[in-house]
Amino acid sequence: MALDSKIPQGPLAEKWTKYKNEINLVNPANKRLIDVIVVGTGLAGGSAAATLAELGYNVKAFCFQDSPRRAHSIAAQGGINAAKNYQGDGDSTYRLFYDTVKGGDYRSREANVYRLAEVSANIIDQCVAQGVPFARDYGGLLDNRSFGGVLVSRTFYAKGQTGQQLLLGAYSAMNRQIGRGKIKMYNRHEMLDVVIVDGKARGIIARNLVTGEIERHSAHAVVLGTGGYGNVFFLSTNAMGSNVTAAWKAHKRGAYFANPCYTQIHPTCIPVSGDHQSKLTLMSESLRNDGRIWVPKHMKDVEAIRAGKLKPTDLAEEDRDYYLERRYPAFGNLVPRDVASRAAKERCDAGYGVNATGEAVYLDFAAAIERYGKEQAHVKGLDENDPKVYLPLGKDVVKTKYGNLFQMYEKIVDENPYETPMMIYPAVHYTMGGIWVDYNLQTTVPGLYAIGEANFSDHGANRLGASALMQGLADGYFVLPYTIGDYLADDIRTGPISTESPEFDEAEKSVRDMIDHLVNNEGTKPVDYFHKKLGKIMWNKCGMSRNEKGLKEAIEEISELRKEFWKDVRVPGEATEFNEELAKAGRVADFLELGELFAKDALLREESAGGHFREEYQTEEGEAKRRKEFQYVAAWEYKGEPKDAVLHKEDLVYENIEVKERSYK
Amino acid sequence: MNLTLKIWRQKNANDKGKMTDYQISDVSPDMSFLEMLDVLNNQLIEKGDEPVAFDHDCREGICGMCSLYINGEAHGPDRGVTTCQLHMRKFKDGDTIYIEPFRAKAFPVIKDLVVDRSAFDRVQHAGGFISVNTSGNTQDANAIPINKHDADKSFDAATCIGCGACVASCKNSSAMLFVSAKVSQFALLPQGQVEATDRVLNMVKQMDEEGFGNCTNTGACEVECPKGISLENIARMNSEYLKASLKG
Repeated sequence: MALDSKIPQGPLAEKWTKYKNEINLVNPANKRLIDVIVVGTGLAGGSAAATLAELGYNVKAFCFQDSPRRAHSIAAQGGINAAKNYQGDGDSTYRLFYDTVKGGDYRSREANVYRLAEVSANIIDQCVAQGVPFARDYGGLLDNRSFGGVLVSRTFYAKGQTGQQLLLGAYSAMNRQIGRGKIKMYNRHEMLDVVIVDGKARGIIARNLVTGEIERHSAHAVVLGTGGYGNVFFLSTNAMGSNVTAAWKAHKRGAYFANPCYTQIHPTCIPVSGDHQSKLTLMSESLRNDGRIWVPKHMKDVEAIRAGKLKPTDLAEEDRDYYLERRYPAFGNLVPRDVASRAAKERCDAGYGVNATGEAVYLDFAAAIERYGKEQAHVKGLDENDPKVYLPLGKDVVKTKYGNLFQMYEKIVDENPYETPMMIYPAVHYTMGGIWVDYNLQTTVPGLYAIGEANFSDHGANRLGASALMQGLADGYFVLPYTIGDYLADDIRTGPISTESPEFDEAEKSVRDMIDHLVNNEGTKPVDYFHKKLGKIMWNKCGMSRNEKGLKEAIEEISELRKEFWKDVRVPGEATEFNEELAKAGRVADFLELGELFAKDALLREESAGGHFREEYQTEEGEAKRRKEFQYVAAWEYKGEPKDAVLHKEDLVYENIEVKERSYK
Repeated sequence: MNLTLKIWRQKNANDKGKMTDYQISDVSPDMSFLEMLDVLNNQLIEKGDEPVAFDHDCREGICGMCSLYINGEAHGPDRGVTTCQLHMRKFKDGDTIYIEPFRAKAFPVIKDLVVDRSAFDRVQHAGGFISVNTSGNTQDANAIPINKHDADKSFDAATCIGCGACVASCKNSSAMLFVSAKVSQFALLPQGQVEATDRVLNMVKQMDEEGFGNCTNTGACEVECPKGISLENIARMNSEYLKASLKG
């Protein structure tokens, strides 16, 4: 099948408006006759469910957590971008579009990104109207801050809990519709298959995680807002339950999976402390507004610090290497995430890591505390040269900006980041790859849509900070509700979809067979054993830098591990009860397939772009080297084993932006 | 560290349940409490036993999914943290640790340490929102300046994670702190004024129907709240409720 991205004709800035004027609409009375399933209740799924219900469709929403409010969007910290230009610093729709395409290393789709930038300002209006308490200045207007890879302040925020506040906004919009009976909410339910009838997505098979019951749910369309697959690495900043299962089942039923190798490794996370580690914790990129990243300049100081003989605060300015400021003077500590992560790895690989494992760099707030403190002392008419006066004032300012992050750090590491620099290291955070979608956000299966992190379209090979929240809400509030109407307009006379059909029978049977196999398997090892092993392969061979040899090994090793998993996994308990090990086993089974496709995709892509860094393709200065012949989306079609997946290419055309060497110097 | 764990085991909602003893050794002080339970569970699975069921997800203190009543305190002995942020360095070698579910009539046990907190969702369905269509055709976000002090207080109330520690800590199993946090978030903002009367009446009515107890101002909820939600919110809700009742 040839990939048709269905990008509307016409000038870039007019595409979305023209598209909306020309699509089919469903009249309000007919919307009542149409059912839509939304899987996932994060920013994308939650906002889509609320909006579709408000438009009049009958929505069934599913989440595996005990409440829609717990979806992992809740953990997003730093902020949400929008081209409001409230600061008057030169921002515009075009500039947000430009920054996003450039930040994605010219591997995203122009028309989708422009639309994203275009609707971004509406998101802020919408959220404020919903009562989302964004940060404000003393004049009562909204405040902004800067994020990596851009030269303007366009990020709106609510301390370090922006994702929480936005998700609670979407959750409140959902609650209003649940109260009205327009959304039927299924908590603690996991989607285990999508059902295709006559070539169209017409329902799902879900498992009730409390009772173990297998349920059939039908609808005229199915929307997946099921997030990313970073947990294929075992250790990531994702929630423990975040998984690829819904997306992977959709892939197995015909949805192409695009660019699986594009993974974001976030530069500022709390380093691994030991083998018991179950997940990693992010320290928001917003900290790079005020924190300076460094390692010691001299090896003797590194050794002294590791031996506990020297404190980082005792090291003189001239003995520190602020390597981001040194290498990238224009953007300094605010280079994009992929660049910052690789630079940290480069220093640590060279032996300059500052903790026992050698995998940590400093993120230091001393300069910011001094600067803010002196400013406050000046405002209050106090002695701005006396550290006893200005330091507490500076700490207060930093506390109001990042207080919750500092507290999180202190609880995990047991060190006070107001007094000593934080230690940070890159960790898997976000996946730019995902289910292939066209301009309508429809997958290659008619009636099956993918929104938010679950799709692939907007961030190319690297996502800029504060853009995930923007994309999730843009897709759910403002894009999908239009595009899905165009499809559903043909379904006004279809009537309810029956769950008594051979297709539902077959899908349910395949789910039951899989579950039966898992609970009856006479294996010896717990699910985590396999997940951790997979994670190690992924991190070592498909992580921050990749090469042909390692990727080929990864493919072999993952394939072997998958066989071992099915033979030797032990799932205690029964299928007909609350059984977390069973849920985990199903998810890890899918990660074991996705991981191999990931490595295959990374092997195919003989270039470096954004988060995908192939050691064979780098500039003399060690920067990512793109290759023109790879200016395409790699969309994979499922054909059984991951090794048999068939590649389809969508060429990326840049008509409104000049493709050039990405530079942040 | 070597520890004795006394953990509540309950097969399902109908089972009676009981405390069961487990020994665990070589616990690192840098482990989180839930990582310690992960280790225990993997040991149980390898022995052919059933692992202990507990709720958890983000493991960074924001999703509100984890619960646990540890040594008689919701989220354990540390302050300002959820169970997932509690670290083993808060315990000593040889300690005995009691681990129970959050207990309240409105939070029935599903299995072991997992409870059903959907009562909280239903309270939110009753009025935890501002009725604005998600069309994006609202006024410009900066059209109404909001006093920073009020905006900050609204934010503080809005940081509630809905974990239920307040209910579990209250001798009456009252949900006043949880409900008042949402009522306060909106009461402090101009956007929330239009529906203020109905909101507080409906949410309180639903809270009562769910079987949560009354508030007797002991303040245990505030002490155990991992997000430091202030008792001020309860006072604010009481005044909102009184205003609404007089109007109503």
